[in-house]
Parts: sequence; C-alpha cells; structure tokens
Amino acid sequence: MSDITMPNVAAIERSRHGSSIGQPVTRREGHLKVTGQAGYAADYNPPGLLHAVMAVSGISRGRVTHLDVAAAEAHPGVVKVMTPANAPKLAKSPDDKDHGFMFRMNVLQNDSVRFANQPIAVVIAETLEAATEGVALLRPRYAEEPARIGLDGSAAFALQAVGAGAPAKGGIGDIEAGLAEAATRFEATYETPAQYHNPLEPHATVAEWDGDKLVLHTPSQGLTMAQGRIAGLFGIDPANILIKSPFLGGGFGAKGLFSGPQVLGIMAARFVGRPVKLVLRREQMFGPVGHRGETRQTLRLGADSTGGLTALEHNTLTTTSFYDDFFEPAGTTSRHLYASPAIATSHEGVRADIGTPIFMRAPGEAPGSAALECAIDELAVKAGMDPLDFRLRNYAEIEPITGKPFSSKALRQCYAQGAARFGWASRPRAPRQMRDDDGLLVGWGVGTATFPAMIFPSEARAVLRVDGSARVEIGAQDMGQGAWTSLAQIAADGLGVDYDKLDLEIGSSALPTGGIAGGSAGTATAGSAIHHAAADVIKKLAALATSDERSPLFGAGNSGVVPRDGRLVRQDDESRGESYASILARAGLAEIDGKGSAGPNPSMQESYAMHSHGAVFAEVKVDPDFGQIRVTRLVGAFAAGRIINPRMVRSQYYGGMIWGVGFALHEHAAADPRSGRLMNANLAEYHVPVNADVPLIEAILVEEHDPHVNVLGLKGVGEIGITGTVGAIANAVWHATGVRARAFPITLDTLLERPGDI
Amino acid sequence: MRPFAYDRPTTIADAVASGAQPETAFLGGGTNLLDLMKGNISRPARLVDVTRLPGLSTIEWLQDGGVRIGALVRNSDLAHDPRFANRFPSVAEALLSGASAQLRNAATAAGNVLQRTRCQYFYDAASVCNKRDPGTGCGAIGGLTRLHAVLGWSEHCIATHPSDFCVPLVALDAVVEIEGRAGRRDVPLEALHRLPGNTPERETVLEPGDVITAIRLPAEAAAYAGNARYLKVRERTSYAFAVVSAGAALRLDQGTIVSARLALGGVALKPWRARAAEDLLAGALPGATVFRDAAALALAEARPCGDNGFKIELARRIIVRALTLAAAGTPDRVPALPASPFALAPTQEVSAHV
Ligand SMILES: Cc1cc2nc3c(=O)[nH]c(=O)nc-3n(C[C@H](O)[C@H](O)[C@H](O)COP(=O)(O)OP(=O)(O)OC[C@H]3O[C@@H](n4cnc5c(N)ncnc54)[C@H](O)[C@@H]3O)c2cc1C
Ligand code: SF4
Repeated sequence: MSDITMPNVAAIERSRHGSSIGQPVTRREGHLKVTGQAGYAADYNPPGLLHAVMAVSGISRGRVTHLDVAAAEAHPGVVKVMTPANAPKLAKSPDDKDHGFMFRMNVLQNDSVRFANQPIAVVIAETLEAATEGVALLRPRYAEEPARIGLDGSAAFALQAVGAGAPAKGGIGDIEAGLAEAATRFEATYETPAQYHNPLEPHATVAEWDGDKLVLHTPSQGLTMAQGRIAGLFGIDPANILIKSPFLGGGFGAKGLFSGPQVLGIMAARFVGRPVKLVLRREQMFGPVGHRGETRQTLRLGADSTGGLTALEHNTLTTTSFYDDFFEPAGTTSRHLYASPAIATSHEGVRADIGTPIFMRAPGEAPGSAALECAIDELAVKAGMDPLDFRLRNYAEIEPITGKPFSSKALRQCYAQGAARFGWASRPRAPRQMRDDDGLLVGWGVGTATFPAMIFPSEARAVLRVDGSARVEIGAQDMGQGAWTSLAQIAADGLGVDYDKLDLEIGSSALPTGGIAGGSAGTATAGSAIHHAAADVIKKLAALATSDERSPLFGAGNSGVVPRDGRLVRQDDESRGESYASILARAGLAEIDGKGSAGPNPSMQESYAMHSHGAVFAEVKVDPDFGQIRVTRLVGAFAAGRIINPRMVRSQYYGGMIWGVGFALHEHAAADPRSGRLMNANLAEYHVPVNADVPLIEAILVEEHDPHVNVLGLKGVGEIGITGTVGAIANAVWHATGVRARAFPITLDTLLERPGDI
Repeated sequence: MRPFAYDRPTTIADAVASGAQPETAFLGGGTNLLDLMKGNISRPARLVDVTRLPGLSTIEWLQDGGVRIGALVRNSDLAHDPRFANRFPSVAEALLSGASAQLRNAATAAGNVLQRTRCQYFYDAASVCNKRDPGTGCGAIGGLTRLHAVLGWSEHCIATHPSDFCVPLVALDAVVEIEGRAGRRDVPLEALHRLPGNTPERETVLEPGDVITAIRLPAEAAAYAGNARYLKVRERTSYAFAVVSAGAALRLDQGTIVSARLALGGVALKPWRARAAEDLLAGALPGATVFRDAAALALAEARPCGDNGFKIELARRIIVRALTLAAAGTPDRVPALPASPFALAPTQEVSAHV
C-alpha cells in the first residue's frame, strides 16, 4: 500500500474560498430523484383516495347543451360527475379580479365554453381507468359558435399594460426624425407562434379536506400566492391551507399562478367528501393552464453612416383570450438593450377563443429578442457591417430610455469571450460562403441575450444548534433548477457552518413565505431572505459572546466579529474566537434562531438599471436541397453577477439555450383554422429539441461583480439563455442560406420557397 | 379506457379464433394501439395479445438466401442483427431512423407494418374522420394539411402511412405471411395496405382474425446490399416522423444500373413503390440527369391536397439524393444519425436548391 494520501480537493477548495458559495456541488436531492424517492404531488396516495379526470371541451366557443351524466355514473367505479349543474359554488366568482395579477378561471360555474380544452365536467371514480372511461361516456353536445382564431381573428385594440404590468408604450426621442436622418433604414415584420409550457410533470393535485381545513399536494412556483388564491375562492382562512410542493417537474411559468384545473381538484374533493387526485392529461396541458401568446412584431430601424442607431421602433400585436387580459410584453427588450436617440415601443392586443396566455419562460424577452436580434442583424448587413461590430457600435453604456447607469454590465466581455471561443473572427461577411465536407451549407449567427434582474418579497428563518448543526426554513420552490442545493450553499455561508451540517427545508406553505420562483428571481428572492435570517442569528450570537466576559470575544463589539466554520472570530484577529457550541452552551441555550426578509429595494431601483446580459453564437447546417436545419454548435457567454453554483448555473444556461433551439426551429401550437382546436397537443407532434438537435453546447460564465443588485450580488440565470439564442440561430440560417425567415419556427418549407428555386 | 377482455393465446389457431371475434384487436408491442386506446380513438372490446405466440420471434434464414422475419421480432433486434443489417442495410437504416430507442425496443415487426396513420385529425376525438368514424367526413381537408398525402389520396381521406420500415421493405418486394380462418396465405407488402378511395376505414386487405406471422424478403433483395440507402427528411434531427422519405437500391454491373428499387414514405396512405422510375433507371448509367428524370416520373401523378405542395418537389429531391447515395455505395455501418441528411457520406452531388 502506498503511504501517500490524496488530498481532499473539495474540502481544500472550500476552505480556500472559506465558502460554499461558488462551489459546483451536485444536487442535494439528486439521489432521491434518480432512485425515485423524490415524491412529486401525484405520487402521494392518501387512504381513501379517489381519482378525478377532467372532461374538456371539443369546441372553442359556445355552450355545452348536454352531457350524458347518467351513462358516466352508471359505469362501474364511477362515484360522481361534477358539472356546472352540481359543482360546489365558490365563495368568490372565479371571474372576479382583485388586481392585475389575478387571472380568471373556468371552473364549472356555468355552461359556457371560452376555448378548446376548457374543463366542462370532472368525473370522479375509484380508479383512474374508470374516471377516464366516465369522461368518454359523457359525449358532450354543444351549441357551437364560430371560433375567432389567430392574430387576424378579431379587431386589434390599444393596451395600457403588458406582462406583469409594464406600460404598453415606452420610448424616447423622435422616431420619424431618427429615420429621416438615417443613412440606412430597415423595416420588417416577424411572427412568433403560440407555445405551450409543457413541463414534464403535468399539473396535479391531491386534495384532502378536513372540515374547512385543506391539505393540498400540488406543484406551485408561488406557494403564498396560491394559498391566498385558494383562500379567496373557497372562503377559508389562508392559515387553514397547507400546500406541499417539495419538488416540481418543471414549471416554466405554467405553475406560477394557481390554475383552474388545480381549483377543480380541490372542488372535486369537497364535492365527494374524500381525498381526490386530479392529474392533467398531456393534451389538457394545451389550454387551461396558460401559454405564450402569438406575436406579430414590426420593427423599423435606422442607422447613420457609422452604424450608430438613429431610430428603433418595435410594435407588437399579440393575442389574449376573450375573457381575460395577458399580453406578451415582446417590445420591452428594445427599451434596454441598444443605445439609440429615438426608441418607440408599443403593444396592441387581439382577442381569440383561446385560454388566457400567461408568463412563459422569458415572457416578452423570448419573442421580443428573437425579433429584435434578427432586425438588428438585418440592419447591420444592410449597413455593410459585421453583426457583432454593429452590436458593439450600439452598446448601451446607460439604460437608453431611463438614462440610469447599469448596476453592472459585463456584456462587452460576454461578446469578447463568446466570440473568441466560437471563432467568430473568421466568419465571412456574406451569406452562403461556407460548406462542410458533405456539401451542407454552414452559417454563423450572433444574438445578444438580456433579462432583467428582479427580486420578490420573501422571509426566512434560520436556526443554529448547540451541536454545531443548523437549519434554514423558507417556503421557496425547487422547480428542478437546483434550489435545494444553491439555497443551502447560501445558508451555510451566511451561518458560517459546513454545507453538510446545514439542513434546509423548502417547498411547504407552512414555512415563511419564499416569494415566487419565477422571473429568474428565485435565488435572489429566497437567497437574500436566507442571508438576512442567517445574519440575524449571527448578530444575536455575537451579542451573547461579546457581552460575556468569559468569552474570548468579550468586548469585541457586535460588528467586530464574523462567522467562520462554526465559530465566531474577531475580525481584526481571526485566531481569536469561540465556537458556536461553546457560546450557546454557556448561555444555556440548545439553539438560537433568527429571521430575515428581502424584497425589492426602491432606492436601488431608482438609481440603477439591473439586467443580466449575454452573447450567444450559433452555427447551423442546412441541407441545400431539403432545407432541413440543424444547430451544430452553440456558445453562450453570460454575465449574471455572482455565481452561487456554477454547475447549476451552467445547466440553466444550457436549458435556456436548448429552449432557444426549440423556439427557433420546432415549437409551435398548430391550431386548426376553422375550429381553433390545437392539432398537435401531444409531445409526439409538439416538437421540442431532442439530443440529436443539440450536439455541442457551451456556456461561459463571465465574471461580473455587482454591488447594487441585491445583498448577494447575484442576478437571474433561468431565462436569459433563451434570449439571444433564437436570433443567433435565425441569423445563422440566413448566413448559411441567404434566406431571411421571419416567422418562427423556421421550417424547411420556408427555405424551399426561395424564389427562382424550384 | 373502455374495459376490455384480454386473451393471451399460445397457439396461432387460438389467436386466429380469438381475433376473429367482433371489436377485437391484436396487441403487439402496444406502442401504437395502447396510445390510441388511451386517447379513446380505438375502443376494442377485446385485446388478443400475440406476443406469447411461439416461434414468431426469430429471424430465420431461408435455403434460397431469403429471410423470414418473425412477426414478433422487435424493431431494434432486427436492425441490430449483424447478418440482417449486412444483407438489407436500407431496411436496418430505416428501422433505426424511426421513433426512439425505447419505442424500437418494444415495437414488433408486424405492429410496425400495421401502425395507423398519424393524421392529427384521426388522433383528435373531437374532429370528424372518415377513417375513424366512417361517413362523418374528413377533418383534415380544409384544415392543417402540411404533412398529408400527395399521391393516391381521395376526397374521403388524405392521410399518409407513417412507417419507415415499410418503405425499403416494399421496394425490396417483401411478402407478408398471414394466418387466417381460411389458412395460411402470402400477400405482397405492396398489396397489404389499401389506398383510401371511398372506404378509408378499410386500411388493409386483412380479414377479421388474420394474424401476421412473418415478413419475408426474397433472396434477390440481398443482391442490392452494396447500393441501398434510406433517406428521411424530418422536422427535427431525430424522433420525428418523415416529412418525406425514400428507400433506393441499385444493382450495378460495371457501372451500369442493372435494376433499381425505389419507394417513397410519407406521401401516401401506403408505402409508395415507384415502379415506372425503376424501369427508367434499369440499364442507365447512374447520374444526376437520369436520377432527376426518375424522380420526375415517380411524382408525375402527385398533386397537393392543401398546403403541402412543397412535399412534391421535396420528394423529387429526396429521390435524387437517395439514388445518388445508393450509387455511391452502402456505408460500412449504419450512420450514427440513420437516414439523416446530416449523416451523409461525403457527397458529390449536393446541389443548391435552398
Ligand atoms: C412518439 C412516437 C414516435 C414514433 N416515430 C416513428 C417514426 O419515426 N417512424 C416509424 O416508422 N414509426 C414511428 N412510430 C411508430 C412505431 O414504429 C409503432 O408504434 C410501432 O412500430 C408499432 O409496433 P407495436 O408492436 O408496438 O404495435 P401495436 O401498437 O401493438 O400494434 C399496431 C397495430 O398492429 C396490429 N398488430 C400488431 N401485431 C399484429 C400481428 N402479428 N398480426 C396482426 N395485427 C397485428 C395491432 O392490432 C395494431 O392495430 C412512433 C411511435 C411513437 C409513439
Ligand atoms: S385524412 Fe383520413 S385519417 Fe385524416 S381526418 Fe381525413 S379521413 Fe381521417
């Protein structure tokens, strides 16, 4: 045996940084997940459970005139059928809106049909199979009215607000004057389709009532909001509602706001007086739980003879439902990204017989940056400039409309590092210049990525125990992004304990409110509250030690001590300190706890513009005869402040960029133009990228220090990967083929239609 | 799901008898049938599981050099059988270009041949469909028809047959062995599937109780092994049905085409054998002009049924490329992206249509 002992590199790394933050630790719950022990909502089977299946509408507009309830109830195993005729009345109309963040639901309060796949009944049975057959036996009949579908299905109207309440219009300067003085002008219209979130885990509820107390297992990206919504609808105290959501199989925004089908699951349990499980079928994910609305975006741009933008106009038309308002804020990207003396953005809405759209991963930025990045590229080409040089020429040193400085912005480094890694410098300017050995057309494109850095209100509790272990509690949610891990890293550092001694609890509404896991703000939101809770504990502990003359820290003053590896030490002399255990033991305490909260900081928001940035470079190959496209290489360089866990962050960037591949080339909901029904409402036909579509992908983590954005200096990483990627791919397709495809997804027939080709 | 009876016969005679009862379906790997049942599109009262039938899971090499593929041989086992892939490389390539690894592991040879159309209106219980509910009308006509048929369709049905496997099989004169109430019979694969005409609900020439027991490839088919390719254009790189595909095989003698085999997928309600094009190619020297002429002939009767006109020109180009690739010779091993334009051996003749 060798007497050499290999060093424990991980431990050394950690001690060198004195920190868990920054370490690429693997997922804490990874083992549970790969061994099937991570319990998702639908895995929960309380005694006496019944199964509910929704019947959904086959028409897009009209009324249900008949349901064969008798046939369904006669089917063996069926317990009851819930229809508008007998469904429990709610304490509050699901059509009431107390505020803009409350969305209308279709939960069997009347017989109207407002979109295809709207729930029209719920069959509750002893088995899933019996409930499913009960639904088939209902054989609904309808009084159907003609469906109004798509961006031209009804009249456009002006809007006040888009997305989460951003103004529909925004700009600066005089567009017409800017265009008039431009040496190069460009105008084009881009279209993006309706897209449906489709997390792998469909919405599911297991609801158990006990009097007016409710225990609910359901995936949620915002537990406190869900609790409030349920309380309002059922007329009960929020404190009587316990929601458990420890693991989500993805959300992407579809699980951000409580949805109608989840309410139906709760109603069904009340209706039959037994625990009920309701899991959406895949096709039912296409309608009642939100989607990204279609957009048609028209951009007009001008540039002077040096390539400087003189005008940037971005007008968006987007669909919403006939019964509620949510508008894809596609134009907002143009308010932040490029410097121009004249910027104008506006949005108009169109109503259609569809379920109301909702936030979907990078709402606004995804379709908006797709169009903007294509238009910028087209203008660059027209102005005779390299597309990357053109972007650098129009680099925004301050946020163009507000004039605020950026809290940090390492976009230049993103461009530089991404371009170097990709090999951009050798790109020929003109299209159709590159072929591979097989004769396939090769093209390279670039796009700028951007996403705002946000934070939501949240609270956390932290506890240090005399045995040196610690615990942090917060009702945050892990959608799969790694919150179980990265929040524990933040907590361990805040408390100055080893990561392995830190016990984290998230995913329950019984915990302090964790805010929302959305807007790429989950880590900033929950992490900041955790950080403050930990600081509170340390402060209390320091007060105990520094005021006790038996402590080596006596007299150091509260602010003169810092936490280090389970000890408090003097800041001016780290060799002098005392362990938490001894401080607590002397004070006769088994543990000590603290609280913290976080939220937006209005004065910082006043002073700074806060965004993550990045640059994405794409290589595509196109078959010159068939128009089939494949992305063969993606390099993204992103700057998002402090990186808590590079492994998790990289995987968020990969996921975003892959989503961008799907946006550019695959994803679209195909509505029948007559009925409005979605004809590809399944994962065989609703295409997202598969492994073979993403052969080589790299994410570069560009260093960025942000002292302003929040206490941890971190920005969001979850959504930014989509932005930039879509445009980069479309621009690469042009560079390969010379064809500008302006409708997404770009399909092979678009390229076959090149004039003079066939 | 509708409750159903479940039979698991262990003799072919029992399977035939059981399968001949009304509202009965045979169950192979179930990757198509069970999806249809869960979606309420197929509602059989009885499933007859054929997967325990003895003797149908082997690849049998016949005295004359042909091969007999048992009906239950899984798609992946067949594609990865070295001797089979060596003799019938375009069939192996077609199999591996279909579905996903998991599905191919489950799918049977007979089930693949008999898989139903992927017409989205057929799959949507809320849409009318002459194939699903005879006489209700065709939901697809006037709707989303991008991927529908350009050959052999009727005003009653414009669907396509989605199988990749069938395309090279039909080109190579495969024969389907059937056991039925009247005994055993052979049907050429080309005659198994029916064009829609005015009875789109009648998809094949099979009668109630007919079990497919095997698919045979004749010895002559192996003579094309050196110059046989399958090429499939699709909307993502893998795990997608063909927009259009082609199986091309050539027998060359001193640079001249002795005989050619050509079939198209994704264009009609059956795998589409292009015999006139084959005749044109026989005796010719391989080359762009004759390939283009062959392609033109193969699509001579094609017509769009809606917004799918692009498929006609696409099919011509795929034929030209598939023939070009076949002429260049079968690669030593099936490419990592089987049948994909992104897995080409270096090609001489990639033109510049796009
Ligand atoms: C997501 C997805 C993607 C796919 N992509 C592709 C693709 O790209 N290319 C492609 O070619 N296919 C594709 N498929 C289809 C797949 O190839 C078929 O589902 C499979 O081959 C069917 O075989 P099976 O044994 O599972 O058939 P089953 O589902 O068991 O049966 C299919 C039909 O055959 C009948 N049947 C089965 N065995 C016999 C028998 N011995 N005698 C008489 N009748 C019988 C059944 O009654 C049924 O009608 C895809 C399927 C899915 C779900
Ligand atoms: S094309 Fe055929 S399968 Fe499709 S809806 Fe029409 S009849 Fe049915």
